[in-house]
Amino acid sequence: MPVFVKDNEKCVGCLICCFACGRAHMAVGLESSCIKVSSIGGISRGFAVYVCRGCIDPPCSRACPEDALSVRKNGGVLLKEDRCNGCGACVKACIFDAIGWNSKKNKPVICIQCGECARNCPYRVLEYVRT
Amino acid sequence: MIKQDPIKRVLYIDLSKKSYSIEERDDLFANYIGGTGVAIKLLNQNCPSNIDASSPENPIIFAIGPLNGLFPIASKTVALFKSPHTGNLGESHAGGRSALAIRMAGYGAIVIKGKSERPSYITIHGDKVYFRDATTLWGLKEGVSPASLIRRREEGAGLRTIMRIGPAGERGITYSCVTLETYRHFGRLGLGAVFGSKNLKAVVISGKRDLPVLDFKDYRALYGELLKQLAESDKMKKYHELGTPANVKPLYFSKGLPIKNLLTNEHDGIDEISGESFAEKHLSRRVACSHCPVACIHLAALRKPYEDEPYFYRTVNISYDYELLYALGSMLGVTDTKGVLSLIEIVEEMGLDAISTGVVLSWLTEAYEKGIITDALTEGLKLEWGNVDTYLEVIRRIVYGNGELYEDLRKGVAYASNKYGGKEFALVFGKNEMPGYHTGYGSHLGVLFGARHSHLDSGGYAIDKEMMLKPLNEEQLADKIITEECWRQILSSLVICFFGREIYIPEVVIKCLRIAGYEIDEEDLNRIGKEIYREKYLFKIKHGFEIENLSLPDRIFELPTSVGILDRRFIQKATEILKEKIKSLL
Repeated sequence: MPVFVKDNEKCVGCLICCFACGRAHMAVGLESSCIKVSSIGGISRGFAVYVCRGCIDPPCSRACPEDALSVRKNGGVLLKEDRCNGCGACVKACIFDAIGWNSKKNKPVICIQCGECARNCPYRVLEYVRT
Repeated sequence: MIKQDPIKRVLYIDLSKKSYSIEERDDLFANYIGGTGVAIKLLNQNCPSNIDASSPENPIIFAIGPLNGLFPIASKTVALFKSPHTGNLGESHAGGRSALAIRMAGYGAIVIKGKSERPSYITIHGDKVYFRDATTLWGLKEGVSPASLIRRREEGAGLRTIMRIGPAGERGITYSCVTLETYRHFGRLGLGAVFGSKNLKAVVISGKRDLPVLDFKDYRALYGELLKQLAESDKMKKYHELGTPANVKPLYFSKGLPIKNLLTNEHDGIDEISGESFAEKHLSRRVACSHCPVACIHLAALRKPYEDEPYFYRTVNISYDYELLYALGSMLGVTDTKGVLSLIEIVEEMGLDAISTGVVLSWLTEAYEKGIITDALTEGLKLEWGNVDTYLEVIRRIVYGNGELYEDLRKGVAYASNKYGGKEFALVFGKNEMPGYHTGYGSHLGVLFGARHSHLDSGGYAIDKEMMLKPLNEEQLADKIITEECWRQILSSLVICFFGREIYIPEVVIKCLRIAGYEIDEEDLNRIGKEIYREKYLFKIKHGFEIENLSLPDRIFELPTSVGILDRRFIQKATEILKEKIKSLL
């Protein structure tokens, strides 16, 4: 779990992390982003950031009917694209909603634990620790 | 423009017929980029010249540009309409999530026409448009937020924009605003009243997609560079930290901060209502528009006790910035932070434009002091500088009252001073109430001749700052005003927030546009900027605006500005030059 949400209270809701995640997947925009940001019951109360926490026993992987998501040694999953049938069961299984979607390929976009989001966050809401 | 880019799609919505259609307007987006450039073309095409601003035929145009969704601080949406406040060009810009939401929904512009039979709100989710009933949202009093009700029923949390009006817009007050994401506004020139006249309570927009770029490697490199500059450059520092309220004190000391309807340069409570004071006492959180790392939106926590219930408090978070501290603070002689925040709170709840409301109140106070407005007209309210409770009551009566005076005040200072007198201290420029800069020739002439009579047309206060160090002659001043306003047409066509203007210089804009598939050089940009400016002025003229009738209120000549007492001869000459230059562009 290399990316931590260090302090949601400091999140300003700028979505710079979401765009950074998109770029890490060679995309521009928000559909490919694995990160979600939303307000906590209105903007006056601040925001919450949801980023893949690299589960040791990931529900997304268990939900995949095609075994397309293999579990990484230190947590998180890897997508074997050729196996994926685009059913979206992994997205539904993630309670963090931390899986993006590539509608051109009709396949999920999975966090590669690269830390681009944390490196781009202007307010150090996210922290990247190499594991 | 990149062939697959959805920016060229224009969504037309007809509220009367409850129908919608999508047109691809490559022509507009190729020639006028987007944002204000495309919007003025759409406005000229869709708004007949002889209509009243409250007519169902008055179109509301929202437009964004090719850099929205691609680059940081390209975070604004432009709204164009016929203004119920001035009767000619209505233009207002807002951030929040609006620009990104429109981009992610797959449009470059949205045109809303007609009038709903009953109060309604529109939801745009990608390619689908829904017409929802809003009869129960109409006429909600203070304390119930229509947006919180809409939020519960609509999808797209986190990425959607919810634009809505308050009671002021429902009741047709010509300076009512449209609020989005609680703290951002299409503030000036009365878009709220245009929503109201269409029985349109709110517009919700959401979507999600990836966008095309020409060269991903170049894109990534340029993005990284811009993000670094936005975060670290000294040019952006003023918007971080204290935010725009940092200007209160420097402008006060240079005599540029308007106080008590420009009756004086002195304010006893200046330390109290400064940016420093607000930050120390109230700053509770900073938030950002989507895709902007700056987070210039400063929220103040205001804790208020319940008078009838001990140990019960409510805490509200109110956004404040320089213009608000001017209009609802110094302009009214308010000397405490809580007073200013209480006024901002009610202006937000009513859905009024804060600047115009402040100037309406300041004109009213002076007119009352001079006996032009009597107790009979105010229905017993005694106006006095700094009296927040009275101002709160006046605002309530402007929105809900029935008295003749309050009905007149719903049309702004130009209308009221025309009827009751007091024109010499009516601080209106082209029928719009003055922004917070009594800094000199640049600010006043920039607002007077600006296409939307806003300080953002040409940023004249920045020209005044230069003039404090090195005087300009009339010709140089006129040149600077027009050149800046033409360049800003480009920024507001992309649509870059003006706070990023020192980073998005022409050379950077050209690089960004290349990645978005536009082969454009600086000469092209200058030509397009002038063309957009021209189109705006032509719209104004078509709708009855007469440049020869523009005049400045006497009051601005009576009180020193940041560059001293204004010289009428200088103004006269600069005015003639500006008129000639503008006419030569038409």
